Amino acid sequence: MPDEEVYEFKSGIKPMWCPGCGDYAVLNAVHKALTNLKLEPWRVAIISGIGCSSNLPHFLTAFGVHGIHGRVMPIATGLKLANPELTVIGTGGDGDGYGIGVGHFIHAMRRNLDITYIVMDNQIYGLTTGQASPTSLKEMKTKSTPEGVIENPVNPIALALASGATYISRGFSGDPKGLAELIEAGIKHKGFSLVDVFSPCVTYNKYNTYDYFRPKVYSLQKENHDTKDMGAAWKKALEWGEKIPLGIFYVAEGVPTYEDLEPAYRQGMPLKQKLGITDPRELIEEAM
Amino acid sequence: MKKGEVSFRIGGAAGDGVASSAETFARTCTRSGLYVSTYSFYQSVIRGGHVWTQVRASESPVNCHGEDPDVLICLNQDTADFHAKNVTEGGAIIVDPNAVKVEKNELKKGVTLVEIPLLELSRTYSTAQIMKNTVALGAVVGLLDMDFDVFVSVVKSQFGTKKQDVIDANVGAAKAGHDFVAKGNGRLQHPARYTKVRRMLVTGNEAIAMGALASGVKFHAQYPMTPSSSILHYLAAHGPRHGVVVKQSEDELASINMAIGAGFGGVRAMTATSGGGFSLMVEGLGLAGMLEVPVVVVLAQRGGPSTGLPTKTEQGDLNLAMGAGQGDWPRAIIAPRNQQECFDMTVKAFNLADVYQTPIILMTDLVLSESYGTVNTFDFNVPINRGMMADESKPEEFKRYLVTESGVSPRAIPGQKGFQHIAGSDEHMEDGTLISDVLAGLPNSLEERVKMHDKRMRKLNGMLKDTSGPELWGPERADLTLVSWGSTQGPLREAISRVNAENRIKVNSLEYCYVFPFHTDETKNILKSASLTMAVEGNYTGQFARLLRAETSIEMNHHLHKYDGEPFEPRHIVSKIKEVMKLA
Ligand SMILES: Cc1ncc(C[n+]2csc(CCOP(=O)(O)OP(=O)(O)O)c2C)c(N)n1
Ligand code: SF4
Ligand SMILES: [Mg+2]
Repeated sequence: MPDEEVYEFKSGIKPMWCPGCGDYAVLNAVHKALTNLKLEPWRVAIISGIGCSSNLPHFLTAFGVHGIHGRVMPIATGLKLANPELTVIGTGGDGDGYGIGVGHFIHAMRRNLDITYIVMDNQIYGLTTGQASPTSLKEMKTKSTPEGVIENPVNPIALALASGATYISRGFSGDPKGLAELIEAGIKHKGFSLVDVFSPCVTYNKYNTYDYFRPKVYSLQKENHDTKDMGAAWKKALEWGEKIPLGIFYVAEGVPTYEDLEPAYRQGMPLKQKLGITDPRELIEEAM
Repeated sequence: MKKGEVSFRIGGAAGDGVASSAETFARTCTRSGLYVSTYSFYQSVIRGGHVWTQVRASESPVNCHGEDPDVLICLNQDTADFHAKNVTEGGAIIVDPNAVKVEKNELKKGVTLVEIPLLELSRTYSTAQIMKNTVALGAVVGLLDMDFDVFVSVVKSQFGTKKQDVIDANVGAAKAGHDFVAKGNGRLQHPARYTKVRRMLVTGNEAIAMGALASGVKFHAQYPMTPSSSILHYLAAHGPRHGVVVKQSEDELASINMAIGAGFGGVRAMTATSGGGFSLMVEGLGLAGMLEVPVVVVLAQRGGPSTGLPTKTEQGDLNLAMGAGQGDWPRAIIAPRNQQECFDMTVKAFNLADVYQTPIILMTDLVLSESYGTVNTFDFNVPINRGMMADESKPEEFKRYLVTESGVSPRAIPGQKGFQHIAGSDEHMEDGTLISDVLAGLPNSLEERVKMHDKRMRKLNGMLKDTSGPELWGPERADLTLVSWGSTQGPLREAISRVNAENRIKVNSLEYCYVFPFHTDETKNILKSASLTMAVEGNYTGQFARLLRAETSIEMNHHLHKYDGEPFEPRHIVSKIKEVMKLA
């Protein structure tokens, strides 16, 4: 049982992000959500990959793995399955999650593991100084696409809808309050939660800036969007241009999580079990 | 045929049930009290092609599948065409004369051709094609004068109590074959005493999976790849009952990183693969080395490069295991030499992984992974050492990457109050904060980086002390010393015994199970008194000989390399010994 004490989640290490980077707002929102939920830092684990955004775990006092590029989901999966009592949160960039790690992203969603994945989607590779990312819009000029991107961008919301995630949302660093609420609801949700965040890279993405998003974004929840309606969610997922929706696209409650179905848990949770085999007779007999 | 021993071979097309019939026979031999070693020759096809399995069974321990068959069941014409002429003198060939023709004048002396209408006899019991194999097996049980009840007991265990009709059909079909030979063709020279001493019959992969269960593995992630897949199969079938989460992952990148996540979470974690999958794991292995997370990785080798020879054996991945990952990080590489060591070394690998908080690589190859061997009943009551954990009472003093003499820092796991930390893949300081970003290269950080790198690499000293040097087998003084690693032990020892029995020269063998960290001092000590040396390994470049030379400056005098995909047979080694020692 979490006690009523509210724990400090800031580690005291100062983020090294560029002034104005969207990731500051994400960090604050994560912090706010964790404190609001009154979670105990030692029962929270934050897993990240590599990128500017993936430095986030260092600025919190929880447990964490700052892993390798693209492998947030497998590390989070292994940890969650070993100890399902932990609150496991994945964080990272669009390159990390939707590029090099996109395979794991899809599989983590179809498993409906009870983890929350926050992607700081700045539509650029920040840490490697400004190459195109899988969410960079067509025609955008970057260091790696001097004549403009000629591929279609990944649509993370649509991908999540197609892959079986049970909580699918999008936030914006320019709306810190809304973002914190989305993260909090995502952590509370039992099942896989995606929080895709427009988190502008002020240094390398001169196109998808705060000013780019501000006039376009609107809240789905203020429009009474039905989050249980998969068809409506698809419509909203494909909306892009003059109007861009923020908020919760889709929620499916009561869908069994991977942990609910894992046969090994009939013996209790892995971390708390006795090691080894007390009665090997059956294994031996079978091999005779 | 040799006294007290039989090599049985059954061949057909993929889909004919060759491997399962061979397993039934191997278990019958095991329960009869014989020592058994098997090898399955197969191809990367599901139906058709040519496959065969050999079961060698003997009164005395056997460590390899042997050579030519004494008893051959030909389920199709190919088998007769390829193998009949190799059946040893005094042996027997079983065929259905309605389906397979054998050239009698090509057979060796005294080989009995046992013609049984297999299909016709089997029809009484079942319409299943595979039932003709059972008729043939019954005939072999008769020819070898084995106790038919032992065969029945094997069939019963295979089908369980629920499938009485299947059991009855199999027993009936086998009895028909058994009685057929009893009536007509008699029996072979009595080959062995059937003591009925109880032993286990396991593949290397099963032994590894059992070793993992005994060691308390609680998380296993794997993506299927021959010849590692049966580890996944065994653990998927048996793990959950023992609380093991077994996860078929989306790829090997996921397998290793899931295992790292679970290892970080505090449970014993493992993954298994072959060379292709291991190549994908390389970055993850370095991550585990850097995060100092214990994880056991099984690398079951097959023929390379690339997809290579998926169903064939090789020892070609030592360089890969040695060099896996950018930069230097401490690892141990263990290459069990037989099924018993597969079990024991898995236990050892888990303990080393926990004690040194780093990945441990267990290397096998297709022959060892998939071949059955008899072992004495495994003792599941194994030593378990979880290594150094942080002092629960002193969270304020905790530094995850504390620099210590041994290089090992006290560990804490998520859930432990006050021990929160970030395990980072970037270079870090004792408390886990990064020195890769703004601190990198600043005067103080140079020192910190060196301290941390030294700390990790010091683990190699401990692992060297916690593992044993190579085993010198055979006469202490010899004219030729064969040097090998892993599964080559079986055929190699048999070859040495044959050569030494001729009493012309003396040969011994220096065998490495613990491959890395390399036991340099022991190696130098032993090899300084060796007259001549020859490395025997299953790859093109002599990867082990190269490692040995790099670590000791000792150059092998001769090399025997095999990379055609088939395992070493004793005779290959015997003839090479004779060649280099100029024994015509
Ligand atoms: C295997 C691998 N390939 C490439 C890199 C180099 N790299 C580091 S971060 C990064 C992209 C970062 O982009 P994103 O994930 O969007 O994070 P951001 O910096 O934008 O927050 C790349 C390509 C790496 N670390 N590892
Ligand atoms: S480069 Fe971009 S993503 Fe990285 S810290 Fe600066 S603003 Fe943020
Ligand atoms: Mg990015």
